Amino acid sequence: MATETDSTTAGTEVPADAHGGGAFPPFDSATFSSQLLWLAITFGLFYWIMKNVAIPRIAGILEDRKDRIAGDLAEANRLKAETDEAIAAYEQALAEARSKAHSIANDTRAKLKADNDARREKAEAELGEKLTAAEAHITAIKTDALSQIGDVAGETTSALVEALIGKAPTKTDLSKALKTAME
Amino acid sequence: MANDPIHQFQIQTIFPIEVGGMDFSFTNSSLFMVATVATTAAFLIFSTSGRGLVPTRLQSISEMSYEFVAGTLRDAAGTEGMRFFPMVFSLFMFVLIANLFGMFPYFFTVTSHIIVTFALAMLVILTVIIYGFMRNGIGFLKLFVPDGVPGALVPLVTLIEVISFLSRPISLSVRLFANMLAGHITLKVFAGFVVSLSAAGAVGVVGAILPLGMTIAITALEFLVAFLQAYVFTVLTCMYLNDAIHPSH
Repeated sequence: MATETDSTTAGTEVPADAHGGGAFPPFDSATFSSQLLWLAITFGLFYWIMKNVAIPRIAGILEDRKDRIAGDLAEANRLKAETDEAIAAYEQALAEARSKAHSIANDTRAKLKADNDARREKAEAELGEKLTAAEAHITAIKTDALSQIGDVAGETTSALVEALIGKAPTKTDLSKALKTAME
Repeated sequence: MANDPIHQFQIQTIFPIEVGGMDFSFTNSSLFMVATVATTAAFLIFSTSGRGLVPTRLQSISEMSYEFVAGTLRDAAGTEGMRFFPMVFSLFMFVLIANLFGMFPYFFTVTSHIIVTFALAMLVILTVIIYGFMRNGIGFLKLFVPDGVPGALVPLVTLIEVISFLSRPISLSVRLFANMLAGHITLKVFAGFVVSLSAAGAVGVVGAILPLGMTIAITALEFLVAFLQAYVFTVLTCMYLNDAIHPSH
């Protein structure tokens, strides 16, 4: 073993070639110790750098990006909620205004209707009064006329009786006869 | 010698170091381990130095590798498996970049040596065993006794499970090592045909077109294999770690 190692370390190319002639290089156990040591050193160092520098850094970058994206999405959602709220408020205001307009229109309509009704009722009442008065007047005239008819009938009767018998009846007989006839 | 397909796997000493009769020389393999680690770490650190909310191209490569490995690990071993993320990520990046470094002409492929892949596989298996016993105590042994097996078959099934568990570090390391080794040898052999045929005159130059096409095709395939083997190594690591977390499957 020692002699073989000596021959490997003695020169650079020539001894290595010479010794490669003896064994297939990957199975040459004389080189194992050196390869293992340098693998342990380099891979150990590599592992340390990866674990303490490279991986935390890349993980940090990815984490930051994830946070940023999540933050941006949250912000977008917040803005969207705000927009929705504003739209809802606007629509509510619109609906309120519309219902207010409706109620104002209804009120006005009701008031106008009430006014009209009152005026009409008043006019109708006045007209009714006038009608009653006119009716009373007519009744009075009628009564008056009717009462005058008796007189007219009396006169006519007395004139007829005078013409028929040549003698006017007495007022008392006449009115008695008239009363009997008219009843 | 230039056509020797094995030559590329030679370990060549750069700085001789010897401690207590053991050879710890800084070799071409060590050089490429250092290069792999330095390149990968530098890339991951510098590409993310902007910490951009909107990633640059390089930063998104780093982020993609992170999320790729994290997704693989989470799928196989669940959220609890994420405690092993630094190890799995280091393994994936190291194997992937070492494999891809090997695709450069004249570069040494660190993962084409069984001792390297075996050491990485043992790292995984020892992590599984140690963490498995730490977390589950003796219950970790339930891994070897599947539920719902008829009583008479339990010893046989357990024996098979134990053998399959013991063969894991071997299969894990040999798969990666053999793929890298065989791919590079094939590539070198076909490329060697191109050189030797074209040296043999006009007919040879025409004849060299076929191995040249093969070399190009195999190069493309090797890039795929370089990625795929790193991925397979990682997926299996994740599955083995899952056994340590949930031994009763």
